[in-house]
Amino acid sequence: MKRQSYDGVVLTAPVSVPYVRYSQETAHWWIARALKQTLEVAGLSPRELDGFSVSSFTLFPDTPVGLTQHLGVSPRWLDSIPMGGASGVVALRRAARAVQVGDVDVVACIAGDANRIDSFRQLLSSFSRFAMDASYPYGSGGPNASFALIADAYMAEYGVTREDFGRIAVAQRANALNYPNAMMKSPLTLEQYLSARPISEPFGLFDCVMPCAGAEGFLVMREEEAQKRGLAYARISATIERHNAFPEDPVQLRGGWAMDIDELYGMAGCGPEAIDLLQTYDDYPVISMMQFEDLGFCAKGEGARFVREHDLTITGDFPHNTSGGQLSAGQAGAAGGYLGLVEAIRQVTGQAGGTQVAKARTAMVSGFGMINYDRGLCSSATILTGEGA
Amino acid sequence: MTEKLLPPQKKNPQLRQMVPTLPPQMRSRAALGLTSAAARGVFSLQHCEACGTVQYPPRDACCTCLSVDLAWRETARDGTVIAETRIHASPDPYYRERLPWRSGLVRLAAGPTVLCHLHGDVGRGDTIRMDLKLDKAGQGVMIALPQERSPDMEDDPQLRELTAHPKHRRVLITDIRSPATGPLIEALLKAGASHIFVGESESWRRGSDHAAIAALERVSVMPLDVSDPSSVKKLAAEIGGKTDILINTARHVRPGGVLGSDTVFAREEFEINALGLMRLAQAFGPGMASRTADGVNSAVAFVNLLSVHALSADPQYGAFSASQAAALSISQTLRAEFRASGLRVINVFAGPTDDEWHQPLPPPKVAPKVLSKSIVEALCEGLEDVYCGDVAKDLEERWRRDPKVLERELAGGA
Repeated sequence: MKRQSYDGVVLTAPVSVPYVRYSQETAHWWIARALKQTLEVAGLSPRELDGFSVSSFTLFPDTPVGLTQHLGVSPRWLDSIPMGGASGVVALRRAARAVQVGDVDVVACIAGDANRIDSFRQLLSSFSRFAMDASYPYGSGGPNASFALIADAYMAEYGVTREDFGRIAVAQRANALNYPNAMMKSPLTLEQYLSARPISEPFGLFDCVMPCAGAEGFLVMREEEAQKRGLAYARISATIERHNAFPEDPVQLRGGWAMDIDELYGMAGCGPEAIDLLQTYDDYPVISMMQFEDLGFCAKGEGARFVREHDLTITGDFPHNTSGGQLSAGQAGAAGGYLGLVEAIRQVTGQAGGTQVAKARTAMVSGFGMINYDRGLCSSATILTGEGA
Repeated sequence: MTEKLLPPQKKNPQLRQMVPTLPPQMRSRAALGLTSAAARGVFSLQHCEACGTVQYPPRDACCTCLSVDLAWRETARDGTVIAETRIHASPDPYYRERLPWRSGLVRLAAGPTVLCHLHGDVGRGDTIRMDLKLDKAGQGVMIALPQERSPDMEDDPQLRELTAHPKHRRVLITDIRSPATGPLIEALLKAGASHIFVGESESWRRGSDHAAIAALERVSVMPLDVSDPSSVKKLAAEIGGKTDILINTARHVRPGGVLGSDTVFAREEFEINALGLMRLAQAFGPGMASRTADGVNSAVAFVNLLSVHALSADPQYGAFSASQAAALSISQTLRAEFRASGLRVINVFAGPTDDEWHQPLPPPKVAPKVLSKSIVEALCEGLEDVYCGDVAKDLEERWRRDPKVLERELAGGA
């Protein structure tokens, strides 16, 4: 059966709470700030919160249920999306359908995480059962080591070099210098990228994100509701999600997008050439490169050539991760899975400020999350459209 | 090729001694199947009894057919390294002190992809032999080893963390009179032990072996009576700080059941076999436990020789079996107590040994040389439970199958 469109449902009120490297504040605090901001943009009071979708790694021992009492809200629709980097797109998929059928009128989608000193180590050691049993005891390199193994196999298979990954990181840093909330504030050269201290070979320092605290959010509502409130909004052309794709692959050289990409473009009624800007999930540049391939911007194994032939900056021919991505903006836990989506909403609604891409009307956002054992399990993507700048 | 491990430099007392830390210890219940296999030196993975899928990491249901009928079975060890990394940054205190650390992905011929430690001689593209070993946390972990033995391969720093190899280490053997002691000294020296202390009780009545052993190079005979608290303490004060491996060979055996025997003999057996072990652990244990990260000659293992009848009594040696069961129980408590230090407690179970106190029993019996070989192998491989000789292996298998059936069979003189 062909999937129904998301006609009549829109995304609006994108907010980013500026990140902090280490913070004493809790996830509850960060989520409250993002929720307050996004509601204020729409002129809603907390009491009026109708639907609430939450993504966070650090709410424990609470779940979003406890959060409702903690924050004094009484939503009639509540969702918890524990999918890390895929959370943003998945939250919007769930919320959009619920709004479309009238189960709920307005959903606030929020991701936020705390980062206290040493909390990252604690998160890593109990991230998943397979991580506890079968990856963390092997050098405790965390995701850096697990993705380094993927990068090693990927480089060997397709003849990719560190310079190729470096191009992605360097372009994102150039973009981040235009994004006031980015944690990284100084330029990065390819030489600096290549000579950085090793973290987990082949990765050096600038292949890795900086864990931090922060929150992101947006609202999902009917189009007429947004118009009534005078809000700029983005439409949803298509979305996909997939979990544990290709379990028979010995090592992850492709993500779940490769399974569903034709359906994404089919639903949107366009091809990759229609995309004005792309926000990939960049926990590591190699994963962004994999997305260029699996999202259809180039053939499998052509990712390196693609980055050599394109300018990935805001003013380039292929604007990518325009707010700097997690590599330069920082990784605020599950909010890392919202970063690109919130930025894409700003872009296609002409609210991106310093990072605004000219004529940005169609954006693609992809998510990737949860390295349970040896590979990221969740993949998601969406195509958004708007009036642009 | 692995670089040959050199003897340690004399320690500089002004430098910080590395304190014991452990690699991540938490595991799911299913993953303890790896620990159980590693403790015995077998390579087992989960097999689905319904569809035959071999899976890893351990699960609670089959990832092919959802059956929950899963069994641990010995599995082919060969595989190919498909990715490798050298980790330079870790938030874990144990690994931070041992960086860089190599790990890799191995595609096993049996099916699954395994994230494992990499021996220094293997890298991407190599075919390897996978091994399961206990790490310092006492948990089973995978390490990819070269398929062919290479010279000094046991010296690889990552592999050495997973074994209790005697090379460059100092060993205390507690009883010179045990028939196993002579061949044990020979095997340990051959494996590279740097010095061997041998305990001797009642040194006023020396045995026939004394002169030959005392004359050996790198061997010192020391007074030690495990039934005498002050004797044990005195020796610990003298050499406790340089005992890296302790092998308790002291034991007292008298035949006879329970009804007809004098409890004086039973008391003597408990004094030496059970309480002697406790005294040794109390005197030497804390010092050894504090030195488990102390470089090339760090403390690694506490080894007990037990009768396999610790598992199920031999009614012809009733009190002796009881003392062995007590010693086994004590060793399990010691494992828990040494856990935080990473000091390994190894139990070597043997059937009747070929000595004067087991003369009425028929063969096969365990020759001292075979016993000593098992002990050294347990150290080199880093095992935790070893069953030495045909009788012990047979009895262990029957005990695993059904302890009650075994009890009846032993009561019938089987």
